[in-house]
Amino acid sequence: MIKKIFFQFIFFNFFFLKEVFGAESGGMPQLNPEFWISQIFWLTLTFGTLYIILSKLILPKISANLELRKSQIQENIEAAEKQRESSENKQKEYDQIILKTKLKAKDIFRDARDKALKDINSKKEVLDNQIDDEIKKAEKEIELLRKGAPEKINKIAIETSSEIVKKLIGADINNSSLSAIIEDLTKKSGDKYYGS
Amino acid sequence: MAANPMTQFEVYRIGPEIKIGAFDISFTNASLFMVISSMAILIIFNFGSKKNSILPNKIQLLGELSYSFVSKMINDTAGSKAKPYFSFIFSLFMFVLFCNMFGMIPYTFTVTSHIIVTFVLAAFIFIGVTIIGFIKHGFGYLKLFVPSGVPIVLLPLIIIIEIISYLSRPISLSVRLFANMMAGHTMMKVFGGFVVSLGIIGGWLPLSFSVALTGLEILVAFLQAYVFAILTCIYLNDALNLHH
Repeated sequence: MIKKIFFQFIFFNFFFLKEVFGAESGGMPQLNPEFWISQIFWLTLTFGTLYIILSKLILPKISANLELRKSQIQENIEAAEKQRESSENKQKEYDQIILKTKLKAKDIFRDARDKALKDINSKKEVLDNQIDDEIKKAEKEIELLRKGAPEKINKIAIETSSEIVKKLIGADINNSSLSAIIEDLTKKSGDKYYGS
Repeated sequence: MAANPMTQFEVYRIGPEIKIGAFDISFTNASLFMVISSMAILIIFNFGSKKNSILPNKIQLLGELSYSFVSKMINDTAGSKAKPYFSFIFSLFMFVLFCNMFGMIPYTFTVTSHIIVTFVLAAFIFIGVTIIGFIKHGFGYLKLFVPSGVPIVLLPLIIIIEIISYLSRPISLSVRLFANMMAGHTMMKVFGGFVVSLGIIGGWLPLSFSVALTGLEILVAFLQAYVFAILTCIYLNDALNLHH
């Protein structure tokens, strides 16, 4: 079956080959003037119509569209440029404001520091004065105490020595003789115990 | 039998016979494809120009790209003086291009494969350009035939050559387009015939040729339309800006 079709193909191919090469050329139909007038007429009609409609209606519209787009894009670019400029100006303003505020903040800080330092200094002075006063007072008291101390000690010494002697010997001793002895001792070595 | 590769170029009447005086202006298959091409151009560019959005859609982009393509072509070859003729050259380019492209669809008729059509277009361009030249420069337009810097001895010969070359412009313009279209379509038909005759065994080679030829023919269809338009621009340039 397939073989038969195959051979048929080959056979018919040769058949058609004869047709292809055997066909007599009838010359060029282009050179047959039968329809020349018709072609010229229809060409003029169609091409004329095409030209008129294109030139009067369609091409101006396309041209206008292109122009409009161009101008619109130009406008948009200009607007963008303007906005960019304004934003730049704003940025500059902002930077200046920031700079100003920074300077102001520095000033304020410096002022506050100065003030605080002044306060501290004045308070310190007052405190120093007070402390000096207190120290002086305390020194005076100490001085007073120190001046009064030897007499008191002498008294105590006399009393205790008389007591001790009384207990030891069982006899009263004249206070005046004791005090004379103690006074003599203190004069000799009082500096050793009380300082100057 | 469609074996004869020239039968595709035959013109036949569609509908009744129309006569004006002695002239037969019946509607033929050639007329049909002229109308189809014009309608296609008008429909595409009408839709391409209807809406105007900043971001063009595809058909609008097509229209605008064609517009700027032709506009640039004219500006490059003929300068800014050729602006009034933009519509004509645009229509011409589009008409030839669409006729060529419609011819690439199987079983269609190629309008531009007829010498009479291309010759009428070329003759119209030739006469128009000559008239423009004489209007712009008066009899000074004849200086076109006298190139500057040529020795006096050679001048008669050069003038004759220049006149012949000028007069052969419409012929060369029309025959170039017509011959290209006819030769391409004939060749495709012949290779198509080979595919049929060599059948399933030997037909693959001509078939692949045919496929390659189709691509080539589409390129030629565009190129010939472009050449036709750009030569018109060059002739116009001669008429508008006299160089010689």
